[in-house]
Amino acid sequence: MGSSLIRAVDGISLTVDHGEFVALLGQSGSGKSTLLNLLAGLDRPTSGSVVVQGRDLAKMSSKELAAYRRNDVGMVFQAFHLIPSMTTTDNVELPMRFAEVDRVERAQRVRESLERVGLGQRLEHRPSELSGGEQQRVSIARALVNRPSLLLADEPTGNLDSHTGEEILKLIRDLSHSLGMTVVMVTHERALAERFARRLIFLGDGKILSPAPATSNLAPGEGSRSSSANPKPEVEEAPA
Amino acid sequence: MMGYDLFELAVRNLRQSKLRNGLTTVGISVGVASLVAMLSLGVGLQQLATRRLAGSGMFDTVFVTSKQDFRGLDREEDRKDQHPENAPLLDESARDKMAHLQYVTEVVPEIRVMGEIIYGGQTHFGFVTGLPMSARENDAFDSLQGKFFSRSDADEVILLNDFAKELNPQNPKALIGKEVTLRYGEHQPLAADSQTSGTPELGAQGSNSNAGDDYGFSVVRKMQPLKVVGILDEEPYGGMRTVSRGRIFLPVDLTENLNMAQFGDMRSSLRGQGKTYMTLTVRVKDPAKVAQVQDAIKQMGFRTFSVLDATKSLRRFFTVLDLFLGIFGSLALAVATLAIINTLVMAVLERRREIGVMKAIGASDGDVKRLFFAEAGAMGFFGGVLGIALGFAIGKAINIGTGIYLRNHQLPAEPVWILPPWLIGAAIAFSIVVSLLAGLYPASRAARLDPVQTLKYE
Repeated sequence: MGSSLIRAVDGISLTVDHGEFVALLGQSGSGKSTLLNLLAGLDRPTSGSVVVQGRDLAKMSSKELAAYRRNDVGMVFQAFHLIPSMTTTDNVELPMRFAEVDRVERAQRVRESLERVGLGQRLEHRPSELSGGEQQRVSIARALVNRPSLLLADEPTGNLDSHTGEEILKLIRDLSHSLGMTVVMVTHERALAERFARRLIFLGDGKILSPAPATSNLAPGEGSRSSSANPKPEVEEAPA
Repeated sequence: MMGYDLFELAVRNLRQSKLRNGLTTVGISVGVASLVAMLSLGVGLQQLATRRLAGSGMFDTVFVTSKQDFRGLDREEDRKDQHPENAPLLDESARDKMAHLQYVTEVVPEIRVMGEIIYGGQTHFGFVTGLPMSARENDAFDSLQGKFFSRSDADEVILLNDFAKELNPQNPKALIGKEVTLRYGEHQPLAADSQTSGTPELGAQGSNSNAGDDYGFSVVRKMQPLKVVGILDEEPYGGMRTVSRGRIFLPVDLTENLNMAQFGDMRSSLRGQGKTYMTLTVRVKDPAKVAQVQDAIKQMGFRTFSVLDATKSLRRFFTVLDLFLGIFGSLALAVATLAIINTLVMAVLERRREIGVMKAIGASDGDVKRLFFAEAGAMGFFGGVLGIALGFAIGKAINIGTGIYLRNHQLPAEPVWILPPWLIGAAIAFSIVVSLLAGLYPASRAARLDPVQTLKYE
């Protein structure tokens, strides 16, 4: 079985404004997760470019991408992806270990981050002892702790009941407002997306389906934090 | 990532699978222990052999004989020498010259004569040997009962235990402090004027026409009171061994002062050579200088012997022995290396998602690699420390075991296993280095993991 080239994301061109809350909608295999991974610097386009704050991720070395991920991006996942053996505080502290934040400062920032997501207790509990909502809060706190300008959320409500999911999205929206953080969220729950996101982008077969709400500012100007995936980013996916 | 965080994460990860990592660490420690036990055994045996040789007084000693003597020994160098009868004599002036050579601490004649000890009205025959004060360091005196000579010309005697038993079968020890009488033959030159005529030419005087050319000596029976100061269990080595066996030991200067008649005297007198020595024992300050002194004495035209060559081959032997012991010891560590690789590869597989998460939240490939290295290094360190402890225990067991064995064979127990401090440090360092090497593959495999693949929701 040879590896066949699947165009997961193809010819997408979109620009996200600084502080904007964008939802990427689409069915499984529509390419929305791939687009998110490209923005996160976890994946590289086979062609094209991904420009964040004027820097082309496609041209960065893996070391630079790691630095970008730990300083500029926070990630939240459907499966929370907390380290099971670590307590709440340890999980939130982890990104600061990679960012080499001073040890004295860490405790303060961990507390700050957890307060922002509304978790004042259960600090010494392990993920398995927390509810889904709590785990996702910890994961958001972890994403915030290095003070990123871009929050990427991959189906953050996918593993939560509708009530908890709503609370989490409300939290993300509030954080976006209060911290001036750009949020790109992948989801397939259109109703929720419509309620919380400012802009919806529909993807199908790696392409933008419906004409997205018109955006005039294509050029990432000074101070404007924008992400764009320019024409024809191709992603190779090996069949599982 | 900073060192402290690295260490903390590594230890945390190791504690996640205590059993597996513990077993691997024990595996490393067994490897280190076997290496340490083997190498320490090599070191111990070498020190044992060295100690034995140094204690025998042969390490720092050069034995000198005249090429005129022992011609029948058929030595290579002698055969090359066309006229051994022209070789220099081992006389007073030669002795003096040797004593003034650099690094020489003393030059002692080897004296061994027949004598009799009179004690309690009984006469006991035995060979009398002169001992220098430096003989005190000889191993044989470790078990000396009583004391060593007070001075090098004291009227004192040390007896071999067997001989002391002859004198006093009930309680040989009681002899210490008692007075005995030595009966010996004194060498007396014939007359003062018969010696002053110088060395006569051999064979030139067929008849005794000229009394001045005559050379000779008398052997006169003499008595010398001596105080027994010590009793010795075993005979000290020293000298050429074949000629220095004795049961009655006197300080060497005393034997010279007494002017005892020796075997060589008669031959000297036939040749008309005056006083000469059969063998001189030259002691050198430092065993490393033995070769130099030996060469200098050879230059003077004498035949020399030292155990230097023997020690050279001994060193070579121990180098080879250490090498083999090291190789055998390393085998267990090599197996442990495979265990480390296995453990870490398992850890990489198990922690795929965790590695992906770390990368997603900002860990670089280098961070992931270093983390696995740190884990390997930590296992190596703990394995090394544990291994030293284990190796130490094994070594103690070896020492106790050989001790019991030696005692059962009526031999004094001696440590055959010695753990030098440098080996402790070297073994731990080696263990860490080996573990890091074992971590190379798993670490790079972990670093290469694609976070997108590992984070896929399953």
